[in-house]
Amino acid sequence: MTSPRSRLLDATALTLGFAFLYLPIVILVIFSFNASQLVTVWGGFSTRWYASIWQNRQLMDAAWMTAQVAAASAAFATVVGTLAALALTRYARFRGRTLFSGLVYAPIVMPEVITGLSLLLLFVSLGIDRGFWTVTVAHATFTCGFVAVVVQSRLVTFDRSLEEAAADLGATPAQVFFRITLPIIAPAVVAGFLLAFTLSLDDLVLASFTTGPGSTTLPMRIYSQVRLGVTPEINAISTLMIAAVTVLVIAASLATKRSASAH
Amino acid sequence: MEPPERPSRGAFAPWDEPAARPLVVFEGVTKRFGAETAVSDLTLAIYEREFFALLGPSGCGKSTLMRMLAGFETPSAGRVLLAGQDLAGMPPHVRPVNMMFQSYALFPHMSVEKNIAFGLEMDGRPRDEVGARVAEALRMVKLEGLAGRRPHQLSGGQRQRVALARALVKRPKLLLLDEPLGALDRKLREETQFELMALQERLGLTFIIVTHDQDEAMTMATRIAVMDKGRIAQVGTPPVIYEAPATRHVAGFIGEINLVEGTVSGCDGRRVTVATAVGDLTVADAADSVAVGQAVAVAWRPEKTRIVRAGEAISNGRAVISGTVHDIGYLGGRTTYHVDVTGLRLKAAVANAARSVERPLGTGEAVKLAVAPDALLLLVR
Repeated sequence: MTSPRSRLLDATALTLGFAFLYLPIVILVIFSFNASQLVTVWGGFSTRWYASIWQNRQLMDAAWMTAQVAAASAAFATVVGTLAALALTRYARFRGRTLFSGLVYAPIVMPEVITGLSLLLLFVSLGIDRGFWTVTVAHATFTCGFVAVVVQSRLVTFDRSLEEAAADLGATPAQVFFRITLPIIAPAVVAGFLLAFTLSLDDLVLASFTTGPGSTTLPMRIYSQVRLGVTPEINAISTLMIAAVTVLVIAASLATKRSASAH
Repeated sequence: MEPPERPSRGAFAPWDEPAARPLVVFEGVTKRFGAETAVSDLTLAIYEREFFALLGPSGCGKSTLMRMLAGFETPSAGRVLLAGQDLAGMPPHVRPVNMMFQSYALFPHMSVEKNIAFGLEMDGRPRDEVGARVAEALRMVKLEGLAGRRPHQLSGGQRQRVALARALVKRPKLLLLDEPLGALDRKLREETQFELMALQERLGLTFIIVTHDQDEAMTMATRIAVMDKGRIAQVGTPPVIYEAPATRHVAGFIGEINLVEGTVSGCDGRRVTVATAVGDLTVADAADSVAVGQAVAVAWRPEKTRIVRAGEAISNGRAVISGTVHDIGYLGGRTTYHVDVTGLRLKAAVANAARSVERPLGTGEAVKLAVAPDALLLLVR
């Protein structure tokens, strides 16, 4: 049994830990409802900054761009990542498997600055105009490894006899995949998509390297505005981003949980 | 163990007819997984309407043999023929063979009805035909009321029936059953055994069953192939396998047996005398020809052994072995005596034909075991 004293200690540690993690965010959220023009002085509760960001053309354009990039890159990463996961779990003995799995996971651990720089060099040397598609490709490169990890963890526990049974009943390999395999791993694929979407939404570094004029993402816009001074509008848009990311992460974890329990 | 009662199959024995053409033929089939050989140069013929059992301990290659038939494994050497056609290069989805999986492999995201309909839908059958045949299959396995359930809402026995209905609904020439009753409890297993037999007979299909359960094989099969380390030790009807096992492995694997090693000391046609640690034993009708001095084993079934007190008389012509009772296993229907004889422990099983509360013999008592010469088996391999 734990003594009241050690329980108190646990509670304190937990509180401090959470405070360390979330206090800055809480402060940001609180100040997004600040009526005052001055960021650090509380001037009463107001939602005026939320109303004013709708009028801020630059912010709204950046937000729309970010959403498009996130959707396109997550879709691309989901397809590539799922295929990679299938290859890694199904063809256990192919040549160069270790190298391949290393290559899939490398972007996860690679410093983003390096990934960004190398992609920039690639796009420049190929003479590709930087913009929406280069950011999208960069994000997909970075996030498909995460999708592969999520989908692979589901495939490891997948009962292969389900696919054999389907083939035995006359399903072609394509029918087996679309009628049996994909529906069963769908929650993991959805979780992978949501994760990729969130990561793309958050990214500043890769976007800074690979974007071009006219395709500024929201994190880039926020970053450049903050350098000129924090405005309450930035707090408001940041709060909205936090909300979006929270919803997506919760959705992703629910999907993962469903995929783990569905058997 | 005596072979359990089975419904009469009449004079069904196509394997004895030279003109009969087998449905399935394994021709010198070898399957290697890396350095390991799962099936080794195996030849086997299975006939139409047979209920054929592949019996053996796990790892003997029986499942691999079945998976080669279904198309999930490719032979490393040799040929597999179905109705005279070489199956090489034919993927699973075009083979006219269906399989019932050990895990049942029911699709978790589909209802019972959808599971059963899957095979027919893959064949592109019209919708009303699919509906009618699924309904018929559900009736066949007595699951009419559960069409809309998902697999996880079913009991083990119900899942087994869905798996069976799904495998049968396409009316395959050949149904493969991989340990179909392994996950059921004992009582349900026995019921299902007879249901499967009745179904097979009624539909006139050919069943191949993989099992490690000798009772299951003995009960259901027309013929059994006893497998050992990737080879077939013996193929025969259940009575042949039980009463005339070809090898020590088969004798020991099917039922209980007393086995005594020895050397041939006398040979007179099929009448062979063997010198053993428990004395000279004379086998009346040896299946293999042997020479004097050859190392062999003599075996007999516990239930073909008489056990009497040391002082009692025994009719002439029987082999008599003296020993002491070590242990008594009372099983209700019969009693098994474990008798120590010069370092060996032999078994005698006595049917408790009369109702008696007292045991006629006690442990430590000196007894005589008597076996008729025609109950003795000579095992060379």
